[in-house]
Formats: sequence, structure tokens, C-alpha cells
Amino acid sequence: MAYIQLRNITKKFGSVYANRRICLDIHKGEIHALLGGNGSGKTTLMNILAGRYKYDEGNILIDGRKAVFHSPGDSVKAGIGMIHQHVDLVDSLSVEENILAGTEKGLFPTRKKARGKIKDLAELYDFHVEPEGKVYQLTIGGKQAVEILKVFYRGASVLILDEPTSVLAPIEARALFVNLGKMKENGCAIVLITHKMQEVFDISDRVTVLRKGEAVYTSLTADTGQSMLTEKMVGHAIEGRTEYRAAPRRDIRPLLAVSDVTVHNRFGSAALSGVSLDIRPGEIHGIAGAAGSGQKELCDVIAGIAAADEGRILYNGKDIAHMPIAGRAAKGVRIGYVPEDRMDTGLVGGMCISDNVMLRRIDREKGLFFNEKKARDLALRIIGKYGVDAVDPAQKLKDLSGGNIQKILLGREIEEAPDLLITAYPVRGLDIGATNYIFGLLRERRDSGMAILFVGEDTDVLLELCDRISTLYRGRLTATLDAAGTTKAELGLFMAGGGTGGTR
Amino acid sequence: MITIQKRDSVTRKQGALRQLASIAGALMIGALVIFLSGYNPGTVYIEIIRGSLGSGYSISETVQTVIPLLIMALGVTICFKVKFINIGPEGQFYTGAMAATYFAITWPDLPRGALLALMCASSIAMGGLWCVIPALLKVKVGVNETLVTLMMNYIAIKFVAYLQYGPWKDPSVIGYPVIRQFSQSGILPDALGVHSGWIIAILLLIGMIALLGKTKYGYKITVLGENPNTARYAGYGTAKLLVSATFIGGGLCGIAGFIQASGVENSLNAMLSNGWGFTSIVVAWMGRLKPLPIVAVSVLIAVLIQGCTYLQISMGVPYFMASVIQAIILFFILGSDFFMNYRIVRRQGDKEAEARR
Ligand SMILES: Nc1ncnc2c1ncn2[C@@H]1O[C@H](COP(=O)(O)OP(=O)(O)OP(=O)(O)O)[C@@H](O)[C@H]1O
Ligand SMILES: [Mg+2]
Repeated sequence: MAYIQLRNITKKFGSVYANRRICLDIHKGEIHALLGGNGSGKTTLMNILAGRYKYDEGNILIDGRKAVFHSPGDSVKAGIGMIHQHVDLVDSLSVEENILAGTEKGLFPTRKKARGKIKDLAELYDFHVEPEGKVYQLTIGGKQAVEILKVFYRGASVLILDEPTSVLAPIEARALFVNLGKMKENGCAIVLITHKMQEVFDISDRVTVLRKGEAVYTSLTADTGQSMLTEKMVGHAIEGRTEYRAAPRRDIRPLLAVSDVTVHNRFGSAALSGVSLDIRPGEIHGIAGAAGSGQKELCDVIAGIAAADEGRILYNGKDIAHMPIAGRAAKGVRIGYVPEDRMDTGLVGGMCISDNVMLRRIDREKGLFFNEKKARDLALRIIGKYGVDAVDPAQKLKDLSGGNIQKILLGREIEEAPDLLITAYPVRGLDIGATNYIFGLLRERRDSGMAILFVGEDTDVLLELCDRISTLYRGRLTATLDAAGTTKAELGLFMAGGGTGGTR
Repeated sequence: MITIQKRDSVTRKQGALRQLASIAGALMIGALVIFLSGYNPGTVYIEIIRGSLGSGYSISETVQTVIPLLIMALGVTICFKVKFINIGPEGQFYTGAMAATYFAITWPDLPRGALLALMCASSIAMGGLWCVIPALLKVKVGVNETLVTLMMNYIAIKFVAYLQYGPWKDPSVIGYPVIRQFSQSGILPDALGVHSGWIIAILLLIGMIALLGKTKYGYKITVLGENPNTARYAGYGTAKLLVSATFIGGGLCGIAGFIQASGVENSLNAMLSNGWGFTSIVVAWMGRLKPLPIVAVSVLIAVLIQGCTYLQISMGVPYFMASVIQAIILFFILGSDFFMNYRIVRRQGDKEAEARR
């Protein structure tokens, strides 16, 4: 008998069924992959199991006994832990303090025993984190490790991970999977939500597909195939991608020329040092590098959010390094930006969809008043064109599923039709269909003359999509390469700081 | 075991129903406490209503209380919208009243329209300035506005007292120092039996609803308040937005001071506000920073204030007891707000969980 049995779980938000009579068995010693398009109800179902949401109908059985969760705390007590897509750790506290938060009893708890236990756990899973280190010093992968430690420290035997690899570099993802394998050996039950088909076959034992809130398919992974899963997910077969790349044109004058730009982070050390690169109209220029190599600083400084401490950024010959964002449109500088942390910068979760799509163009509107009709029309257009799963433009943005929020952001920035579009990990959290659609659209815009800066983590994608690729290593630019003649190995070498730093 | 749990979000209608239910509940608990204090809760409630709405006179008193509460709560609201925690409506009220009084006693012979316009404009400027100073300190040097706005209240109040006892003291009045009464030109005319401040309040209310809900400016303010990073990303000159919003907020509180001085006291003194500047923060908060609910809350609180004052006369309730009753009712209404968003549950799952261990 399965350790956890979800029986006919139904959850409605207003009139929308997020989950409809879902049955799911989770076994100990197994990794269960949960697949499904954006808005199909994966996060909702797991939030129910983690005690975050109340469900309208159905039962949860643990070890054959009916369980009632009134709060996340109840679920933790039952040995269930969830790693959410957005890390919720307190940056300014230490690793240890984050892990212990809320578990300490008494006025003067002793840290010694706890510290020992944390160290043991970290050793078991090969996590290189110092209990006394501060969380803000960690990479995203490190933060995720802390979240996992936190869950295990509280005695979890069931681990739920919501799209854990979408924020990880490939190496970090592999390390995570090694660990998931170990946990499985130790008898844990693991649920893995993912959009990456490869991961399902790499690691899972069993797979369930959700579509529009219903569980449409469950199988042992060994007994199924990729095309089967895709078909179940979208309801029909998906056509293969058309690969096509125009030869990069060298003759064109670059739209943007970054020269010798240095940016210091808030601790005073250089996050970006002496970076020079140019972006031409009609090219997709990739940025490759391990997470935290200066990608965010590069994007921010071009977009005007951060100031360059040294160097120049020429846009059609004009230096924009210190030009405020507000004055840019009037001077013909048209830059769109899809930042990497969409909820932190770029969107307003508490406002509705139609408000969010107006963010960029509000200053170009005439008159004093906010044009509700225009906003609504634009929102409807984006919802339709990008396949956003939303009931109404008046819906609060934060009530959409993760992938659908990303689609609103992408849709807004692409529809603004800027001359230069900066995108950092644009397909994070998108399902396969939406990912292909966005890649297609980026190519189409490139062909019609848009310059695109594409920050990515997956070298396969970078090589396939981009015309040229620049590699960053610890804030320095190590190479700019033509994608056409470059191999994965070469790219990896430059990303790791090797090579001569030449430009081709 | 008992725990506190956040409720699922509710629809508008459910929310309104719950709010009504919680106010009813608060009144019932209030009744119990009043009973335990030795008064008949039924009579107390009836007297409160009679004292605030029972006659033309009492209604006009209540309306006069609603006016400054409402206007200041709107001023606080726009500040809170940009996450500027303005604890200084009291001070902005007094600086506004001071500016208006300066013109009223310096040029008492101007035509009424001109003098009132001058008083109104100067009260906006001074109230606004009193709120912009802490805003600039916040933007330029990163000083926390909560403390600064709070402290600036006392500067303003003490300065009014200084004027009352010193430079602006009316030499023709012997004994207790007062500031000269305004000339007819400096006094707001009556409309329908109450000073015409209520017309100004309604106009400001409509203006505020339009500003916050319909204009591009209101939209940008909301973005800034909800997510400053995104406002910066969109290039909305965030410092300018903050300063302008706080100017509007302080200006509104200043107008309230002008109305109170001109329409009610026909003069200025250091007790002009009755402490309603602080009350207006509660009003804005209970009204969830939304204009129409704020109107409802202002009326409710004004009824309570006037009704409890009346209790002293009608039932011989001592002043402090009337204040206590007022506080009790307010406390439970505020408390009911908590129960709207949270609920206390007894956990049933515990036993099972323990059994499993
Ligand atoms: N708090 C909420 N309020 C209203 N609707 C919600 C809320 N949370 C989720 N929904 C709706 O429920 C549906 C399922 O959302 P869910 O987040 O579970 O999808 P998902 O499968 O995790 O998608 P994604 O892959 O994009 O993360 C969506 O239509 C979403 O709009
Ligand atoms: Mg999700």
C-alpha cells in the first residue's frame, strides 16, 4: 500500500477547478515525477499536501489513516516537507538560524546538539554549507540545499520539490539528483514537479501527468515514453522544432556597445569587471556562465537599473551608462527587460493582470487618466497570444500559476517591441509547449531586426538558439564566440574561466 | 491545542457580511463589559445614538467630527499607499491651521472669498511642507519617517501654544490667553445648518477616489507602494513620487486644520484637534486605505465620539468612564478585524499524529 494516498482531491478557486478529483499514490523509496502544463494544478495539489491550502473535497491518507491538516505545521508533523519554487529564507540570518527557526523550545536552547545534527545531515548529502555562514552569501543552489536541510532537520520522510532545477545550473542540478537518489535509498518518498522531460526519465520511478486540474495518466517511468507523456500533457502530439539559423552578419553596426564596464556589489567587490561586448541588431547574443558570474549585474546596468562604476555603454553611439530610465524613451533608447526574479522586479503581484501589462507604457499615454479599456484590451491580447491560463484580466497576478505569471512578463516586454530585448532565463517555469513558442517568437523577432541579449544556463539551448555567445566567469568576460562553430566542451571551458580570452 | 490560522481569502460580499457580523459581535462584547462596569448597556447604546444622531443639533455636531476625521484619514491613506508611515497628521493639521490663522488675523478685512482662498491654499502648503520634510529626510538620508513625523507633531502643537501665549495673544482679552477671533471674512459660511466644510470634504473625497483609482498618477503610486523595485525598473522617478504623495497627504491634513479653525473655533488654540489626528490614522487603517470604507468608519467613530460625550450629560457618566466605554467599543471593533482574517482552531489531528509516533 502506498504511504500517502490522495483520494479524489478537489480544490476550487472561485469558479476555477485547480484540482478536480485527483488521486495520487506516493510510495516510500520512490521518486514520483509530477508533470503538466502551466496552470494544470501541480503546485496547488502539493500545497494541499503541505498543509498550505484547504481542499474542498477528498481525503488524504497517510499510512492508511486519514489525516487532517489545518496548517503547514500539521503537515510537517506528519513528516512532509516542501521546497517551494521561490526560496523563503531570511537573508540576513545564518544558515543555522534559518534551519532552527521555529523549532527551538525553552528560553535558553542549546545550539550544540542542533549544530551537530545539521553537520551530520550536511555531510550525509555532501552539502558544502557552513552552519554559521550567512544566507545572503550563498548561491541559489546553496540556498536550496539549506531549504532541504531545514526540511530534513524537522524529520521529514516525504520531500516535495516544486520545479527545483529551474533555478539551478546544470552541474548543481546533477548534484541535487545524486542526493535525491540517496534519499530514496534511505526510504524517503519524493515528489518532483518538473517541466523537463529529461529529468523524468533520468531520475523518477513513477510519473503522473496533470492536465487542466485532472490527473490524466500515471505509469511506472520504465513503462512509458516521452511522446506518450507529451501527448497526455497537451492532449495531442507536438511537432518537432524547426531549427534554423541565419548566418551572423558582421557588417552591421552594433546597436549596443558595452566597453570596459565595471560594477561593484554592495560589499564593494567587483561583480562585473572590465566587461566589453557588442550586440547587433538581428542577433541573439547569448550570455553563458555559472550562476552568479555577473549576469544579473550586466543586465541591470544595461537596462539602467544599476549604475556602472566605470566604463561606457553606447546605444547607437549615445552613452547611456548614466541615463535615467525615465528619460530613455524620449531619446530613442528602447530597451525591454525580462529580469531573472520576476516577483522581485518587473511585476506587481498584488495588482491585476491588466494593470501589470501597462507598467511600461503608462508614461507614453496621453492625458491624466489611466485608460482601463486599453489596459484590458492589451491584457486580453497577451492572454490570447501567449496562451495564458487566466479567467479575466482583472485577476490578481499572484493568483496565476508560476508559468503563467512568466508569460505575462514575457508578453508585455516582447509586445513593447523594443530595439533591444534583455531576457534572463526567459523560459524558467514554462511548460514544453510554451517554451517552444517563446523560442520561436524570439527567433522571429531577431529575424525582423530586434537585438536580443539572452542569458541562459543550459548550454544546449544557448548553442541552438543564439548567434553569438559570450561567456562570463567571476565577473569577467572570457570569450565571445560564434555559436555555429562552437562545441559544448569549448563553451564549458570558457565558462570555467579557461581559454585565452580570445574573440572570434 | 489551539492555534491561529489565516483564513482563505473571501469574496467581496462575504467580506462585507463578515465585517457587519464582527461589528455586531463587538457591540455585544462591549455590552458585556459595560454591564460589568455597572451600567445598563441597552441604555448606554441608545443614549450614544441619541447623543450623536438624535437631534438636528447633535447631527450637526457629529458631521463636524466626521469632516476632519475623514479628510485627515484620506491624507494618511495616500501616505500609507506609498509605504510612508505618516504618524504626523496631528502636526500637519496644526501647521495648516497656523498658516490659515496667520492670514485671518493679519488681513481680516479682505473680502471673504479672497481671504478663505488664501487661508485654504496656505494651509495646504504648510501641512504639505510639514509632511514633505520627513519624506525628504527619508529619501535623501534614509531617516525613518515614523519617528520624525511623530516628533514633528509635538513641535507643531507646542508652537501653537507659544503663539497662543505669546505673539498672537489677544491683548483685549484679560485672563486666559487666547488668539484673536477671526473676522466674518475668515469664517466658513454655513450650509444646511453646518459649516460648509462638509462640502469641501465631499469634494476632496471625490477627488481622492478619482486620483487613486482613475489616474496615471494613482496607478504609479500603487506600483511604488506595492513593489518599489518594479517602480524603479519601470523608471518612475520614485523619489519624486514619494515626495509628491506625501505633500498631498500633508496638505489634506492641513486643510482639515484650516476648516476646524475657520468653521468651528473661529480661532486657533492648542486643543483645536481634540487628538483626532491620531484617531484618523486608526480610521484610515480600519478603512483598509479605501476611500468609501473610510467614510463609513469616520461616521462610526464620530458617532461614538459624540455619543460618549453626550453620555456625560445624559447619564451622568463621568468623563473618564465615557472615554473608557468609547475605547472598549473601539477596541472590540478593531479586534474583530483580526478575527475576520484569522481564526482560532482546535487541532484534531494532534492525537492521531501522536498515536502514530
Ligand atoms: N491563490 C489562487 N487564487 C486563485 N487561483 C489560483 C490560486 N492559485 C492557483 N490558482 C489557479 O489554479 C490553477 C492551477 O495553478 P497551479 O499553480 O497549481 O498550476 P501549476 O501546475 O503549478 O502551473 P505552473 O507550471 O505554471 O507552475 C491555475 O489556473 C491558477 O490560476
Ligand atoms: Mg507551479
